[in-house]
Amino acid sequence: MSAHDTPHDDHPHDDGHSHGTRRGYLIGFALSAVLTALPFWLVMSGAIANAQTTAAIVVALAFIQIVVHTIFFLHINTKSEGGWTLMALIFTIVIVAIVISGSLWIMFHLNSNMMMPMNPASAPPAP
Amino acid sequence: MFDQTLAKTIFGRLSWESFPIHEPILLVTFAVVVLLGLGILAAVTKYKLWGYLWTEWFTTVDHKKIGIMYMILGIIMLLRGFADAVMMRLQQAIAFGANEGYLNAHHYDQIFTAHGTIMIFFVAIPLVVGLINYVMPLQIGARDVAFPFLNNFSFWLTAAGAILVMISLFVGEFSRAGWLNYVPVANLQNSPDTGPDYYLWALQIAGVGTTLSAINMVATILKMRAPGMTMMKMPVFVWTALCSNVLAIAIFPVLTGAFALLMLDRYLGMNFFTNDLGGNPMMYWNLVWIWGHPEVYVLVLPVFGIYSEITSTFSGKRLFGYSSMVYATVVITILSYLVWLHHFFTMGSGASVNSFFGIATMVISIPTGAKIFNWLFTMYRGNIRYELPMMWVVAFMLTFVVGGMTGVLLAVPPADFVLHNSLFLVAHFHNVIIGGVVFGLFAGMTYWFPKAFGFKLDPFWGKVSFWGWVVGYWLAWTPIYVVGLMGTTRRVRHFDDPSLQPWFVLAAIGALIIGVGIVAFVIQIAVSIKNRDKLRDTTGDPWDGRTLEWATSSPPPNYNFAFTPVVHDLDAWYDMKDRAAQRPTAGFQPIHMPRNTGMGVILSGLAMVMGFAMVWYIWWLAIVSFVALVAFSIAHTFNYDRDYYIAADVVTDTEDQRSRLLAEKA
Amino acid sequence: MATPSTDKAETSPTFYLVEESGHHHAASGGSTLLGFWIYLMSDALIFATLFATYGVLSTSYAGGPGPGELFELPLVALNTAFLLFSSITYGMAMIDMEAGNQRATQIWLAITGLLGAAFIGVELYEFTSLIHEGATPQTSAFLSAFFTLVGTHGLHVTFGLIWLVVMLVQVGQRGLNADNRRRLVCLGMFWHLLDVVWIGVFTFVYLLGVLR
Repeated sequence: MSAHDTPHDDHPHDDGHSHGTRRGYLIGFALSAVLTALPFWLVMSGAIANAQTTAAIVVALAFIQIVVHTIFFLHINTKSEGGWTLMALIFTIVIVAIVISGSLWIMFHLNSNMMMPMNPASAPPAP
Repeated sequence: MFDQTLAKTIFGRLSWESFPIHEPILLVTFAVVVLLGLGILAAVTKYKLWGYLWTEWFTTVDHKKIGIMYMILGIIMLLRGFADAVMMRLQQAIAFGANEGYLNAHHYDQIFTAHGTIMIFFVAIPLVVGLINYVMPLQIGARDVAFPFLNNFSFWLTAAGAILVMISLFVGEFSRAGWLNYVPVANLQNSPDTGPDYYLWALQIAGVGTTLSAINMVATILKMRAPGMTMMKMPVFVWTALCSNVLAIAIFPVLTGAFALLMLDRYLGMNFFTNDLGGNPMMYWNLVWIWGHPEVYVLVLPVFGIYSEITSTFSGKRLFGYSSMVYATVVITILSYLVWLHHFFTMGSGASVNSFFGIATMVISIPTGAKIFNWLFTMYRGNIRYELPMMWVVAFMLTFVVGGMTGVLLAVPPADFVLHNSLFLVAHFHNVIIGGVVFGLFAGMTYWFPKAFGFKLDPFWGKVSFWGWVVGYWLAWTPIYVVGLMGTTRRVRHFDDPSLQPWFVLAAIGALIIGVGIVAFVIQIAVSIKNRDKLRDTTGDPWDGRTLEWATSSPPPNYNFAFTPVVHDLDAWYDMKDRAAQRPTAGFQPIHMPRNTGMGVILSGLAMVMGFAMVWYIWWLAIVSFVALVAFSIAHTFNYDRDYYIAADVVTDTEDQRSRLLAEKA
Repeated sequence: MATPSTDKAETSPTFYLVEESGHHHAASGGSTLLGFWIYLMSDALIFATLFATYGVLSTSYAGGPGPGELFELPLVALNTAFLLFSSITYGMAMIDMEAGNQRATQIWLAITGLLGAAFIGVELYEFTSLIHEGATPQTSAFLSAFFTLVGTHGLHVTFGLIWLVVMLVQVGQRGLNADNRRRLVCLGMFWHLLDVVWIGVFTFVYLLGVLR
């Protein structure tokens, strides 16, 4: 099939990186369809009166869906590439969490300390 | 009228006024650069070196040659950055009372901005990346890095960024907003000129290069180690290179993001960091310092690795506490991501936030202190040879500890409220960067130079350079600590209080002594090349080394190792010497290697042209170069023929020559 | 496969691999998948930066319109569906690639591309209608952050589409050889990661924005 003879035409990724099965993709798709439809329905229909509760559920569903995608579509597991992909993912999640939560923490405290008069209603109590 | 519109369409905002013809200092500099440049070009043409440079160097994918090119770039930019430093020191030494000095504020602000930007992005990073590039693949017994073309491309992107910064010296202006291009000064309404745009484009282009290079190095370390080299048998320099590059991957995207948002503010009128319509300038500070603090560790971790290698080699001992060294490095990698707010304690986030980041900062000094003790205990009862690399290590330990302690002092938020933006802070970070990173880079260059070129550096001029740097450093920065503690603020070009002047005169003298050290370094290289036969090393192992880079010839053949070494012990080469491992002298096979390509030069050149066009609002050129950039990138993917074999008899010839040299020596 | 090369071969271990073991080539591309994954992680951090910025500026309306007045959830749901379907079609392409079915791989890839193009089309429609309503990126810090975050994701999808077209050409030219298979796996990781980022976008920007 290959018109081109590279010296390394052997399968280049026989190191445990799997591309999933049809079944795996379909399970992942079904799960993520539900996990997508549910939050949209919750928000659009206003099924739960309390916005705070809805928000918490929506966020929780998003995190579950991210895990579903990671497992069923990105095929990250403890074995692929000797575990380094999973390691890189965990490290990145930690860093992403630090960047986002750190920035929000710093900037909201800054706003509540320094910008009090501009937006008194929504400002959190000063620390 | 029509002419004006036409000129605007063709040249954007570039016009005759963009050239600083009325600035005598710049004019003279420009003349010198043009003459020197023309001289070099003429010489290269006369001796017909273009073909050689293009095929052997510019297009190379050999990690060793790319490493050397990084080093050359870093040293050239060091001269530029140091010239800026001397200008600042002279200005501050004379500008008291009625004397306004020789630099106006407009000019002075560009100089301190350019100094910081160049020293970090185009001196420290290229030198550190260059050493990693050269040494790390040899230490892990690999034939090249994981992505050889990407390596070449990364280098040229860094070079393109450096060239853009250099262009800003003569065409238009550079930023006046400090080395991180702070808003609100860098906002459009405060700096409508080209300064921040030059800064942003140069650093975006170079930053992409640094990120790609870091990805490359991490993949190389994780995937291409010699058989037997488990993670805990990697040389310490490889460990520190790994952590440094992991950290670089974790921080450069944040810088790229922050710069991109500032570009959107400046080019499209968005409101991220503006003072109105909801923009928040402090968010810029937050983002750039998420990059900025870990960046210190990106630079200093590999240098800690250099110190470890040298201490162990020149003490003739295995490194004391290898695993504690590794864990300390990993802990620093994580912790360094949790301290960034200490750069703006005074911003007003309040006690809880400040306490957290203050304590996290102080905690970092624990693993760093552990490392100092590891080096000391390695030296303890060692058979120490005080050759140049080891002298740099000792100077580092004495100097860096002071910088570390002033750092802990600054980590205390109430103390920082007094010292924030003072010259004390400036003295602190020069203490750790010169005493830590620069000393280590010189140690590393002296240590690995014979590996790269096959002869040692001249020790006399090396010692002149060493003492120039060490004495100069202390004379230049101790007075700055003093005036800083007394409350003098940074980025000031003129002082009213004459009692401060002696301190600044002392500092200027110190800077000139550092200048002696830099000139001596350049002389050292010239003298060493001249006396190369006397300084020649044919063994490939001039220092009685312990790690695998000393197992091959100096300079190594382009395939590094004819046979991949097998590792059994932490100090793999020492182990091989100890157990009398014989170098195989027959049975050579063809070796599979990547092919050179000019695509890195082309793509980086286009990126540079696009950056220049965007700086000057030459929209047509920006569009053309961007389209060309995409087109060439796609075209590159259609080239599937990227590797070749070095024939077995070529390998045999090379290795036989080495056998002869080794036999002569014995 | 490795022969000891020291003269006291019985007592001393092997110090050199005398025969090429084959896995240690500088040019074999065996590190590509891991390297590309690490690149994706760095890309995720760019998005983290944009999410953090959006989070900080998400209430800085500066007197302009807020999310409740601007976002049309049915449109977002439609777009989400496009992207989700494109993920499963890409998965099907990968399975056919593994089986060596070149024709089927190309068809699934083309369907993925069409779904991606539909996503971009809807997003462009949303952006233009927002701008027509006067909610431009220049109006407020909130809108700057919104357009930049969502637009950066859109740019990534556009880049993915260009890549996909290039891959269709290359698979047509050279078939499913090792190089092309490796590139398709990389493109797949890229495509699926964009879907993960989109989960963050529709949750934190659109759904939570409307709830606010």
